[in-house]
Amino acid sequence: MGRGGFMERMGGARGLLAQGLLIFGLVVLAVWLSGNAGANIEARGISTGYGFLDREAGFDIAQNLVPYEPTDTYARVFLVGALNTILVASMGIVTATVIGLIAGVMRVSRNYLGRLVATTYVEIARNTPLPVQILVWYNIALLLPPPRSALGADGVAFLTNRGVYLPQLWLNGLADVAVWGSVAFILAAFFVSARLRRLRTEHGKGASPHWGWAVAGVGVLLAFLGTGNPIGIDVPHREGFGFSGGFTMSPALMALWIALSFYTGSFIAEIVRGGLTAVAKGQGEAARAIGLSEGQTLRLVILPQAMRVIVPPLASQYLNLTKNSSLAVIIGYPDLVAVFAGTSLNQTGQAIETLSLVMLFYLACSLSVSLFMNWYNAQSAVWATPR
Amino acid sequence: MSDAAVTRAPRLAPRLTAWQWARQNLFGSVADSILTVVVAIVFGWLVWHALDWAVIRADWFGESKEACKSGGACWAVITARWRQVVAGYYPEGHLYRVALAMLFLAVAVFPVVKRDLPAWSALLAPVGVIAAIAILGGANILPSVPTDYWGGIMLNVLVGLTGAIFALPIGILLAFGRRSDLPIIKAFSIGFIEIIRGVPLITLLFMSSVVLPLFLPAGVNLDKLMRALAVVTLFSSAYMAEAVRGGLQSVPKGQREAAHALGLGLLQTTGLVVLPQAIRISIPAIVNTFIGLFKDTSLLYVIAILEVTGVIRQALSDFSWLGLENEGYVFVAFVFWVACFSMSRWSASLEKQTGKEAKPAREPA
Amino acid sequence: MHKRLAVFAVLGSLAACGNPGSAVDGPPPEAVAVDGAPSANGPAMGAQGATLKTVKARRRLVCGVNQGLIGFAYPDNRGRWRGFDVDFCRAMAAAIFGDPNAVRFQPLSSKERFTAVVSGEVDVLWRNTTWTLSRDSGNALDFAGVNYYDGQGFMVPKSLNVHSVTELNGARICVQTGTTTELTLADYFRARGLKYEPVVVETEDQARANYAKEACDALTTDVSQLAAVRSTLSNPNDHIILPEVVSKEPLGPAVRQGDSQWRDIVAWTLYATILAEELGITQANVDQMRRNSKDPETRRLLGVEGGMGAMLGLSNDWAYRIIKAEGNYGEIFQRNIGRTSPMKLERGINALWSTDKPGLMYSPPVR
Repeated sequence: MGRGGFMERMGGARGLLAQGLLIFGLVVLAVWLSGNAGANIEARGISTGYGFLDREAGFDIAQNLVPYEPTDTYARVFLVGALNTILVASMGIVTATVIGLIAGVMRVSRNYLGRLVATTYVEIARNTPLPVQILVWYNIALLLPPPRSALGADGVAFLTNRGVYLPQLWLNGLADVAVWGSVAFILAAFFVSARLRRLRTEHGKGASPHWGWAVAGVGVLLAFLGTGNPIGIDVPHREGFGFSGGFTMSPALMALWIALSFYTGSFIAEIVRGGLTAVAKGQGEAARAIGLSEGQTLRLVILPQAMRVIVPPLASQYLNLTKNSSLAVIIGYPDLVAVFAGTSLNQTGQAIETLSLVMLFYLACSLSVSLFMNWYNAQSAVWATPR
Repeated sequence: MSDAAVTRAPRLAPRLTAWQWARQNLFGSVADSILTVVVAIVFGWLVWHALDWAVIRADWFGESKEACKSGGACWAVITARWRQVVAGYYPEGHLYRVALAMLFLAVAVFPVVKRDLPAWSALLAPVGVIAAIAILGGANILPSVPTDYWGGIMLNVLVGLTGAIFALPIGILLAFGRRSDLPIIKAFSIGFIEIIRGVPLITLLFMSSVVLPLFLPAGVNLDKLMRALAVVTLFSSAYMAEAVRGGLQSVPKGQREAAHALGLGLLQTTGLVVLPQAIRISIPAIVNTFIGLFKDTSLLYVIAILEVTGVIRQALSDFSWLGLENEGYVFVAFVFWVACFSMSRWSASLEKQTGKEAKPAREPA
Repeated sequence: MHKRLAVFAVLGSLAACGNPGSAVDGPPPEAVAVDGAPSANGPAMGAQGATLKTVKARRRLVCGVNQGLIGFAYPDNRGRWRGFDVDFCRAMAAAIFGDPNAVRFQPLSSKERFTAVVSGEVDVLWRNTTWTLSRDSGNALDFAGVNYYDGQGFMVPKSLNVHSVTELNGARICVQTGTTTELTLADYFRARGLKYEPVVVETEDQARANYAKEACDALTTDVSQLAAVRSTLSNPNDHIILPEVVSKEPLGPAVRQGDSQWRDIVAWTLYATILAEELGITQANVDQMRRNSKDPETRRLLGVEGGMGAMLGLSNDWAYRIIKAEGNYGEIFQRNIGRTSPMKLERGINALWSTDKPGLMYSPPVR
């Protein structure tokens, strides 16, 4: 748009009028709604404001990644729920990508049965509602053997209908310092090597981008040695009513994770297939002609080119998966919606406040993914230029 | 380019004997052969057991699970409650109204399915939906049937279609708004679309069931189903806007300029030239949005609206049918699968068709 | 052009459908009666006597019930609502209209139940709701009595060899989320310095499935539900309900605050069934009692003398209609959740105060 005057930018008299009306309408609507809400809330004696965040919650949460007691506040409940959402979403994103990649490649494979299996999977998974899929997987998770006849062995892992018990990294003392120090080093390395790479591609000089990573490796090593290596491994073993030690993955988490992975995986498979077919046929033929094997052709020639078509829609699938993890509420996995828009809402009765906080969280997620995607697209434009 | 090549390829390929086909498609290499054998065994085993459970050893009728003795699926839970599965608790003597309403809904989607009708036929859509709702509700002419009695598959169809049909015009406005040069309208459209698309539907449904009543004046009682419908409509309008925006982007600029040159005004250019083309191009995307919305209607039971999932879950909490979760969920999944799979096939064929129609314009012969 | 029309159509249709509850109310599924009463809008909030007026104008009671809870509220194969709470809804309809079927059941989730009462979406809530101070005082609700005294208990398999809740230290316990049960469990274990792992589920049927498949060591919920779950297990005798009842869960009907006449009607519908049981009036003998009884209280209850119904704003034979339609408290209990039902619950503390094993059920006198 040109620099023009105010009137011009606002689209002249007609544009100004239209937009004025829109703003006026919105303001009137907002005033009317808040007036009603104010009257209703007063009539019903519902307390308002975010003061409840400092109050004691009083209920337990089945899975907490950070320490949590019933005596903690509602603000802490929000944190625990949000972390649980992030946990299942990130697990789902990883597995959905793997499943989608495999199924997508299988859908264009030369093996008929491979195609058949992949097609069957995709058409079933994406054409049935996710809530139903979650309920089905939950039922299946409960069909695993009870703890008495658990699959697995002391000191390794157990598979039961009470969940999967896995060995867990065990942290103490200065672990926080070591972990955050490492994270800082890795992040720094990421940016440094990106910068180095850009310098190289733009000016054809400068150090190798791998130097960034070498420095990070040394840094991580120092962080752990410097804090006395505060990491051990905790393994599950039988004790009392069931098992203790290690990390427990509840049946609800398993069911949700598997359902989200397979559901989103089917959409990713279609994206991958689209990306693969978009790579000109000649590319594959040429690669085979110079003697590359089927696997090498895929890995070295087809996939790198297909990635540029695949990645942008992939991001919106990741976002969908994160939003869909809110369906946790139907099987009682304590995600943000379940603990905050569920139990906390029931306890406090403050529907507007709890729901708006939950919505803000998801909005923040989608905003950060969009920002990341913009950054990635800019990067891939750089990578795509010939070196 | 490659599209055309792919569709033409099978015709050019020489006819294969069964053995040649198998050599190419099943046993291309050692790894392929192993994969084929393993997959065939596992797949065959799964299919056989599924068939055995769902059909061969299944029980189809009965008044409680005691009637199911064969060890397979107990479909009696569905057949004994078929009326609830189809139409919820709609009064028995009035089921003809459900059929009539479905007929009107079919009329409503007719202009979308049959794409060579004149533009005014798009008006059929909202009229058909309103008629369907009026027939079901009574509208002071027929005996009134409150929305608590509505349910089952009928409700999934009704909510899905109503949401989509009312969302489309809102979505079109939002799509234009997003492309508009007017900063405030543009900001509003982007804000609305991105906020709605950024939050899970379930939080919006909770809003409709718990928060929305707070925002209405005291004594005014918007029916629960209507509140949910309003929220579903707003929700899908954001997605419709994105579907339509894709169509708008692909209408060549020359079309607009040509219309201007003919002396058409902005409104006429948009309504008569740009919009019809954009909609035509974005119909596959719109259908896909609708498929997503239709699947999402299974969430309504979370706010105690008894669509088919809710009705099935109620059946499962009746003493007569305790423990039949597998049958219940497999049935619901099957119902949705049949509907969504056929719609997605249809939308894919549309996509191919639009692709072909659009081709000549871009590639001079 | 037509898109703008369509937008108007949206608004129009939403407005038109905005008040279906206000229009003529529909026939219940089992009895199709076509009626055409004038529309009566939602109740004026808090106004004395307004609810009864609205209900009468609508010719139908709107009753909020559970979406599906064994024994208390669930639709049967033919779509007819059944259950303990449901029968009290029908009893109210009988008292007001003389027709137990003049009631519409609105299934409500636990989240929205109070909003639904307060906003006037339902006239009365019979939805296994625990009467607590915070609910009674806040949220503009009033409770009108207790139709079932419940309490939170624990069930374990006998094979665990556990005889008391205190022995459950470190156990995995199945509990339904978003309920008072969840809070009580946390409180009880914390107060005694015990540890437990909650296995949180969303619905009753999921709790049942988890426990049946041994995904948790113990199940905690209201004792009535524990008994129901036990009766559905493949071998009920392999499970025991531990003796500790760790909370009081008086379940009762709730109404909007501010209309005490309506609250009275709800309360006295319940009391009428209890009093009928005390007086030995049953569904079978109510006609005979009404004709022949010499007992003054029976005669007052059944409307032969005293004009009691009119004081409530109902007809004088209101209690007769209730008992004729649904029976006395004991009959409602036995039919839905008692020993003759699949739930097989004992009367326990829900017995009359006057029986050999006295319970808490007691009605103020009708005079």
